[in-house]
Amino acid sequence: MASELSFGDEIANMMYASHGNPIRDCIQCGTCSGTCPAVEFMDHTPRQIIGLIRADYKDEVLASNTYWSCASCYHCSVRCPAGIDIADMMYALKRYSMWNKTYQEDLIGPAFSESFIKMIVGSGRSFEPQLAPAYLFKYGPRGLIQEAQTATGLMLKGRMPLLPKKIKGLKNFQRMVRRIIPIGEPS
Amino acid sequence: MKKYAYYPGCSLESLATSYNVSTLEVAHEIGLDLKEIKDWNCCGATAYFPVDELLANTLVARNLALAEKEGASDFVAPCSACYKNAYFTNAYLKKDPDLAEHINYALEADNLHISGTLRVRHLIEVILEDVGLDEIRKKIVQPLKNLHVAPYYGCQLLRPRKDHENVENPQFFEDLLSALGADPIEYPSKARCCGGSLIITNRKAALDMVCKLLEDAVNHKADVIATTCPMCNVNLEVYQAQVNQEFGTHFSIPVMYFTQLMGIALGLKPGSLGIGNEMISSAPLLAFAQG
Repeated sequence: MASELSFGDEIANMMYASHGNPIRDCIQCGTCSGTCPAVEFMDHTPRQIIGLIRADYKDEVLASNTYWSCASCYHCSVRCPAGIDIADMMYALKRYSMWNKTYQEDLIGPAFSESFIKMIVGSGRSFEPQLAPAYLFKYGPRGLIQEAQTATGLMLKGRMPLLPKKIKGLKNFQRMVRRIIPIGEPS
Repeated sequence: MKKYAYYPGCSLESLATSYNVSTLEVAHEIGLDLKEIKDWNCCGATAYFPVDELLANTLVARNLALAEKEGASDFVAPCSACYKNAYFTNAYLKKDPDLAEHINYALEADNLHISGTLRVRHLIEVILEDVGLDEIRKKIVQPLKNLHVAPYYGCQLLRPRKDHENVENPQFFEDLLSALGADPIEYPSKARCCGGSLIITNRKAALDMVCKLLEDAVNHKADVIATTCPMCNVNLEVYQAQVNQEFGTHFSIPVMYFTQLMGIALGLKPGSLGIGNEMISSAPLLAFAQG
């Protein structure tokens, strides 16, 4: 019987295209945490997350907001003395938490990514106003007013698109997407 | 002879139209022939990768395949995030035949195929390497004298490391600004992250990051911040008002695309460079405009 994969291996396996991540090479030096511009907004520092993964503290890792607070700036990745692409590992954790629906309810990141994908699959192009429902009401009344002011300002300067764009070869584009993820049959 | 496939990306058709027009105007002026890829799709920014890595790479590969089909040698992106995505998909599928096969199986449904023959480059890289500073200096009619510019590299232009770049203390942006006659300032945050899409998914964190950047540039006496990416530009410029509300600061520093600075130095009209639709007045740069 095959032995069960460790959590660390599961995460490394989710870095398909970039060919894994030597999480086990981490020397716990903390360069990543000292570099990260978003670290003070994370439940666990990047160093701690790697430590937790290696110690198989799966529940703690899955309950953490750390990877959803990663801006993908890759500063940790280029500085890591062990050569770990930590930002890519954060992406793998995001995928794991989306596929297994283990993320915290109040996070905006997962809903945002999901609506982004739906938008692209539907039109091939990005259209900002369509993404708004994923986050607009999550920042409370003050946030809503600020966002409305920002959007109005942009609109007055002609910088907010009013109509979504669509690529011409949308049908074939969707056939292509269907070869990778199930998006249902064409209507 | 190089043939440039131009991939503007979604932002350059909405929030950053001024980056698109200034790119095209400047390219024309310095003799770069950028040909827009027909029917390109969104590259996914940072939002596809959390969903499915193979899908993310395939969506990027479609644009590369379109450029290959049009016979291009170089894929040019003015947006740092588009550039980073295209660069790595191109690199991954070259080194991994298995990934290339998966991607090509999907592309086949769109009558496309990718073989990895392109060189993926950022616009600023093409301008610096293929046109060169000497050529640019010759065309400057309005040097941006005594204009203190903070070159803001951001993240994805430099990181992850593509091949040879100095990721800790790059100088190429400073070199370009000096060639325009401007005074590039030194400040420690030039390659720190602007927050990227955290501006939507974790507003508090992103505003904090933007605030620190603005503070650093202003403390080092910048008159204007120059960017190479529409996402950086939006975070630093459009969200400056929200930073002021959140932190009680009074920032009012213009944030311009490097192509707009180039355009003014080359003597092009501000209107043709999309200048005028900023949230923060571009007066310090407009002082150099002709006509």
